[in-house]
Amino acid sequence: MLELKNLHAEVEGEGIEILKGVNLKVSKGEIHAIMGPNGSGKSTLSKVVAGHPHYEVTKGDILYNGESILEMDPDERAHAGIFLAFQYPVEVPGVTNTTLLRESYNTIAASRGREELDPLEFDDYIKEKLSLVEMNPDFLERSVNTGFSGGEKKRNEIFQMAVLQPTLSLLDETDSGLDIDALRIVSDGINKLHGDHDAIVLITHYQRLLNYIIPDHVHVMINGRIVKTGGKELALELEEKGYDWLESLETVNGEAK
Amino acid sequence: MSETKALESMIGEEYKYGFTTDIEYEDFPSGINEDIVRLISEKKNEPEWMTEFRLKAYRAWVEMEEPSWFNATYEKPKFDTLQYYSAPKNKPKLNSLDEVDPNIRETYEKLGIPLDEQKMLAGVAVDAVFDSISIFTSFKEKLAEAGVIFCSISEAVQDHPELIKKYMGSVVPARDNFYAALNSAVFSDGSFCYVPKDTICPMELSTYFRINNMNSGQFERTLIIAEENSHVSYLEGCTAPVYDENQLHAAVVELIALDNAEIKYSTIQNWYSGDENGKGGIYNFVTKRGACRGKNSKISWTQLETGSVVTLKYPSVILQGDNSVGEFFSVAVTNKMQQADTGTKMIHIGKNTKSTIISKGISAGRSNNSYRGEVKISKKADNARNYSQCDSMLIGQTCGAHTFPYIESANPTGKIEHEATTSRVGEDQIFYLQQRGISEDDAISLIVNGFCKEVLKELPMEFAVEANKLLGIKLEGSVG
Ligand SMILES: Nc1ncnc2c1ncn2[C@@H]1O[C@H](COP(=O)(O)OP(=O)(O)OP(=O)(O)O)[C@@H](O)[C@H]1O
Ligand SMILES: [Mg+2]
Repeated sequence: MLELKNLHAEVEGEGIEILKGVNLKVSKGEIHAIMGPNGSGKSTLSKVVAGHPHYEVTKGDILYNGESILEMDPDERAHAGIFLAFQYPVEVPGVTNTTLLRESYNTIAASRGREELDPLEFDDYIKEKLSLVEMNPDFLERSVNTGFSGGEKKRNEIFQMAVLQPTLSLLDETDSGLDIDALRIVSDGINKLHGDHDAIVLITHYQRLLNYIIPDHVHVMINGRIVKTGGKELALELEEKGYDWLESLETVNGEAK
Repeated sequence: MSETKALESMIGEEYKYGFTTDIEYEDFPSGINEDIVRLISEKKNEPEWMTEFRLKAYRAWVEMEEPSWFNATYEKPKFDTLQYYSAPKNKPKLNSLDEVDPNIRETYEKLGIPLDEQKMLAGVAVDAVFDSISIFTSFKEKLAEAGVIFCSISEAVQDHPELIKKYMGSVVPARDNFYAALNSAVFSDGSFCYVPKDTICPMELSTYFRINNMNSGQFERTLIIAEENSHVSYLEGCTAPVYDENQLHAAVVELIALDNAEIKYSTIQNWYSGDENGKGGIYNFVTKRGACRGKNSKISWTQLETGSVVTLKYPSVILQGDNSVGEFFSVAVTNKMQQADTGTKMIHIGKNTKSTIISKGISAGRSNNSYRGEVKISKKADNARNYSQCDSMLIGQTCGAHTFPYIESANPTGKIEHEATTSRVGEDQIFYLQQRGISEDDAISLIVNGFCKEVLKELPMEFAVEANKLLGIKLEGSVG
């Protein structure tokens, strides 16, 4: 479904290279976890896949369902089924959650030739999705993320995922900021949303999340590259040993520095 | 950065109202002197006292200096070559629609304002002003049944001289400022509205101002009087053709609210705003002021300012009556090379008077957008309250936003609160919405509409859609 081939990316116009040759293959039905130290490029990777204009791909390719999406705008990538749950969800004052989601849902539906929902139908539809992440309906009429607590913003991201039903979800540190109960509820929600036809990439610092959402593969990213890949047990090992022992791998590989 | 450029270029969609109507005008000499002022008065068949009013104003104007204290630079209007009066040759008698020049009728149709009562928005009476001359006022009979007078100022001078004598110039005296003095000397037409005691005006009133003639200045005069226990809501809309030359528009609007009366005055201003390099466009130098004369009276100004190359405008309220309320809700959008210096004055004189100011400035392109507000609490105004909120939004890196609040309080019981914010429509905000499948255009539109929401909801419902559309046109376009 998603294939990153020797992906290099830098901050547009500033020549600061952040992704330094990422290779990754994600197939339908899979869950991947990406871990790694602060500043190693995990969020940048997710934004580059979603098409953030601030970063420029200088080398390599992003294939989605076998085709390069480098030339596609962020909204076109969203129409194609790519969803990014932001590490820092953005506030949009004066625009209610419902307004945003109805517009999102209907644009995506239209682009995929699905039927658009009128306000009443949409109302029923999102009420059902709310319950999936046990979110209070009051949030529907509040401005997007405006004044939301850290945890509320994260839950809101997964609520949006539930509404938009993407095929590839990149979840950037969704667990950070969620309290113990919220983590369980949101994880349950993500598990319910996941099936044979979609894939999830989780970015996280904590192995605890992976007790709830069991990954098929765990990757370690250091200094803009994936330096190690393993199964679920790799996360446990990292929890125990930290990243120090992997730093050397990065230089052994050569080209990174 | 390329993204920012895309953002900036999309904001400049072409002006849709820039066409010209081909009609014949009456001959009228250009320039200004006492004879010209007399000639205007004569053309309009005015009584002696009106001519005197004009001449006094003219003499005051000659002594005055053109102001330059605002945050805008532009080429000064050429007062000695300007044409101060312009009227279509076949001026109808304003009795029936059939008498309106078909070209002018078509102009209004094109603007989306059919003059045919059947076709008009239900519940909205329109006064159509073309090059400062009132062309047609709809629903006159229906309003008359309720006792409401809604007609052109010229007609009011003829038919209701006692009201004009009593109120014209009572809120904005001829000597008030340079442009008000000029207007008082040469005003050509405008709208007049009188709502009698205990009357709720049965429909929205609205005036559409259209500038067509290239060489003429526009000097409209609007006067609205709400007697005790009355209520009226009024809206003005403005458009003009695209010309390379700047045109001067210097109107005066006066509102008077007596005991328990309420006036709601809304403006959707979309004069031609010049091209990318600031060539052409309207100079919008307008004096708007309301007087809350009676106790418990209320005046609200709501404005959506999107057009003109230079705007200097401060709709104000003088809160004389005890417990009176003044409100100012404003959205000012500047783009390209536009400059807007706009805001309000709230003058608290009566006890327990209250004022609210909500101003939203959106700047894009290479434009400059300033808010200038004055809140004054005089000695006798016990327990006066003001709340001001001024928010600026910047789109791109080349525009400017400024806030100049002036506060003056001579009474220790007064309370003044002022809040101001500046935000930038960030790439991150747009990216977030795009990631949710929304196009760049629509994302900007959503963000801006969200930003202005508090003000837009103050517009009369019939015009809310129009306002949204206008913001859309102003801020959307093809991504470059
Ligand atoms: N626009 C930018 N300009 C300059 N540096 C940037 C920019 N964006 C990212 N970086 C840098 O790139 C590096 C990777 O950032 P990124 O946010 O991807 O890290 P991360 O792995 O998600 O870290 P964390 O675990 O702390 O979230 C950091 O050093 C960051 O400062
Ligand atoms: Mg990160």
